[in-house]
Amino acid sequence: MVEQVRKLLEKRAGSAAELENLRQSILDKRDTNRACISVCGGTGCRASGAEAVVDAFLDEIERRELQIQVELKETGCHGFCERGPVVVIRPKNIFYQRVKPEDIPEIISETVLGGKIIERLLYVDPVTNEKIVYEPDVPFYKRQTRTVFGANGEIDPTNIEDYIAVGGYSALSKALLQMSPDKIIEEVKKSGLRGRGGGGFPTGRKWQSCRDAEGKIKYVICNADEGDPGAYQDRSLLEGNPHSVIEGMIIGAYATGSQRGYIYVRNEYPLAVSHARIAIEQAVDYGLLGENILGSGFNFTITINKGGGAFVCGESSALMASLEGKIGEPRAKYVHMSEKGLWDSPSLLNNVKTWANVPLIINKGAEWYSRVGTAGSKGTMIFSLVGKINNTGLVEVPMGITLREMIYDIGGGIPNGKKFKAVQTGGPSGGCIPEKYLDTPVDFDELTKLGSMMGSGGMIVMDEDTCMVDVARYFIEFLKGESCGKCTPCREGLNRMSEILGRITQGKGKREDLDTLEDLAGILSGGALCALGQTAANPVLSTLHYFRDEYLAHIDEKRCLAGVCRELIQYSIDPEKCEGCLRCLRGCPTGAISGEKRQPHTINQDMCIKCGACYDVCKFNAVVKR
Amino acid sequence: MPKVWINGETCINVQDAEGVNVVHLTVDDKEIAVSGGQTILEAVERMPGIGNIPALCHHPAVKPYGACRICTVEVSEDGGSKFKFVAACLYPVKEGLVVKTNTERVRKLRKGIIELLLARCPNVKRIQELAEEYGVEKPRFILGDQDCILCGLCVRACQEIMGKSAISLVNRGIYREVAAPFYAYELTEDCIGCGDCAFVCPTGAIEMGPDGKPILPKVKIPYAEIEAMMKKETVATS
Repeated sequence: MVEQVRKLLEKRAGSAAELENLRQSILDKRDTNRACISVCGGTGCRASGAEAVVDAFLDEIERRELQIQVELKETGCHGFCERGPVVVIRPKNIFYQRVKPEDIPEIISETVLGGKIIERLLYVDPVTNEKIVYEPDVPFYKRQTRTVFGANGEIDPTNIEDYIAVGGYSALSKALLQMSPDKIIEEVKKSGLRGRGGGGFPTGRKWQSCRDAEGKIKYVICNADEGDPGAYQDRSLLEGNPHSVIEGMIIGAYATGSQRGYIYVRNEYPLAVSHARIAIEQAVDYGLLGENILGSGFNFTITINKGGGAFVCGESSALMASLEGKIGEPRAKYVHMSEKGLWDSPSLLNNVKTWANVPLIINKGAEWYSRVGTAGSKGTMIFSLVGKINNTGLVEVPMGITLREMIYDIGGGIPNGKKFKAVQTGGPSGGCIPEKYLDTPVDFDELTKLGSMMGSGGMIVMDEDTCMVDVARYFIEFLKGESCGKCTPCREGLNRMSEILGRITQGKGKREDLDTLEDLAGILSGGALCALGQTAANPVLSTLHYFRDEYLAHIDEKRCLAGVCRELIQYSIDPEKCEGCLRCLRGCPTGAISGEKRQPHTINQDMCIKCGACYDVCKFNAVVKR
Repeated sequence: MPKVWINGETCINVQDAEGVNVVHLTVDDKEIAVSGGQTILEAVERMPGIGNIPALCHHPAVKPYGACRICTVEVSEDGGSKFKFVAACLYPVKEGLVVKTNTERVRKLRKGIIELLLARCPNVKRIQELAEEYGVEKPRFILGDQDCILCGLCVRACQEIMGKSAISLVNRGIYREVAAPFYAYELTEDCIGCGDCAFVCPTGAIEMGPDGKPILPKVKIPYAEIEAMMKKETVATS
């Protein structure tokens, strides 16, 4: 017992000097030349089998008794999810991709001990066909500016000492002991940081308004209720570097005079929940959270609250209603949440990414921070680049980079030589941007001008095989399902939009439907209660604006140009090309295909359900989709 | 002579109102002075002859909610150069606020909302009246046959006035409905049969049953075509 208390006191940092001593002693214990195998343990790589890889490494290291020479680190998400499981061998930063448990003995004997490269595990640049050995040389990483996300690949998120070793909590010590709350807010304002959750509200102004608001009790909240389809950057940050988020929150709490914080995180993110929980416990143990933080006299605690899975709870007022134990529904924000939020007390709510930016600003200064970015949007932004793109993953880029650079240089372009059609940004309430705007710099204002938005940083790339009417239908369908149903425009309007879009994709649309869609969009943007409803029509409006011809083809010609809408396409077999191999006949789930061996087959249209199985299996391109 | 209303009770002349929290605003080009701390809708309702703001989910006995959006008006905080839509039942009066309650933009928005409500509840008298006032003839959508517009007045009356919460709004989106909490099979003993919910309902969707308890509106999914479509899709993909 005494021993435990002594140990606890030993690592507890009671002042800035003690934190620095602790950092120094951690660094002294580490040998920078020691081989360190860093395996990505983010949810993306876990889905591709990273846990088995980690186990295989552990077994192999134990078998060969290499515990002293070799360190194994299961880190957070590196971002290159397409190539997972990803393994980096430091200090040389040798980059292996799509690693399987069978590869582990070879990696240990050849690379870690022998210093040799295993060619087959290297990443091959799809453009130049060149094999790339070192992580920083991979084009996907090379073009990024990983200021917020960078530490993810280096630290074990379940070990606070890793975070302290890379300079963690130095911003906290600086803020608490050398800066006044006003000075901190001034610095955040000067940095030009804007909310990374979607709205893009200037963070410094929000902090100021919360500081100025009257109230004995104030709350600080981290919004980790990420629900956009295809976006997972908040999850990866909370999984991979939870301490950066916590450090930002403590600084925000000190600046606004709050003593109580909440992390509202989706229940569907178990790894993020568990890592955040471990991080909070460790921060408390190290004297960085709780009472009298770093001897400054400032107290702050953080509680984790798991969300129940409603998309709308990512909206700040709905999130707070949910935290209060009520139904997660938005309320009007004519009085800002920073003045009257959680339990009617002033509440400072920021997104995971926004919080993670704060320590950087405090550490390196607003001047340094605002050097990156455009006039209205400073710093970097983390996007999740998904859809029809070669390099699926999370990318951190400076604000102002063009869409083309993101999609072609970092994303590696469109797979299978297909043509780019549109990119959908900003989550389900964002818009679709066509090819002619690919050179637009990406920032809050430019994306809004194009009828889309920055949102939380989702980016879905679509190729020529995508039907834009179907895309609009998909997003409206999603939003309709996630609408809380409180206000009429969102509940009824989205339902009617989905009704009309459904009709158009079935070839039953009329020209007047397009006017009705535009009317409904106007009702949503003008009349809906919360920002989710107000922006919900963006997918329809932007596709109507940029891809009107596709709508017209569905309505006038009853044709789906991309061949997606099932009711409007027909599969048939070209007798000239058909070799009569029976593959499609055997693959057809409804038995709609008939024909003898070596004789051309035919499809019975009445029985065909247009699943496309025949199209996929035909080796002679004899199945025609029209 | 401008008048000041204090908490909606007393009406006094402005010059007698020294020390009272007076707020001056312009509603439809008329300048008025009202007591602060109330919403636009409350202020306008107490000023006979000024403004035209319909409301469905508002009742003076319960807290404002902002669900029906019929009370949407245009306001400008900078003296009249830039206007935005807000819900009058929620927006607090402010010094120098310019409010327009009946512009073409406002009427168009209300007309759209009424069209949506009429498509949901074509047989409700109150909605039919509004539709006539705003020139909605026939909704462009598949008609439903519900009575409940989900204004939430019954639920709020039960919670705020009676302190009971015997009924609540459950589910979300178009499947939202008034029901016993957690979809309990029938109302629990929390319901004391006071009839507040039926009294406050603007569409008459709630009636009191023979057992002295309210009969809640049934959600009749009116979207038959969509349901059929969804079913077809599930069959095709499974």
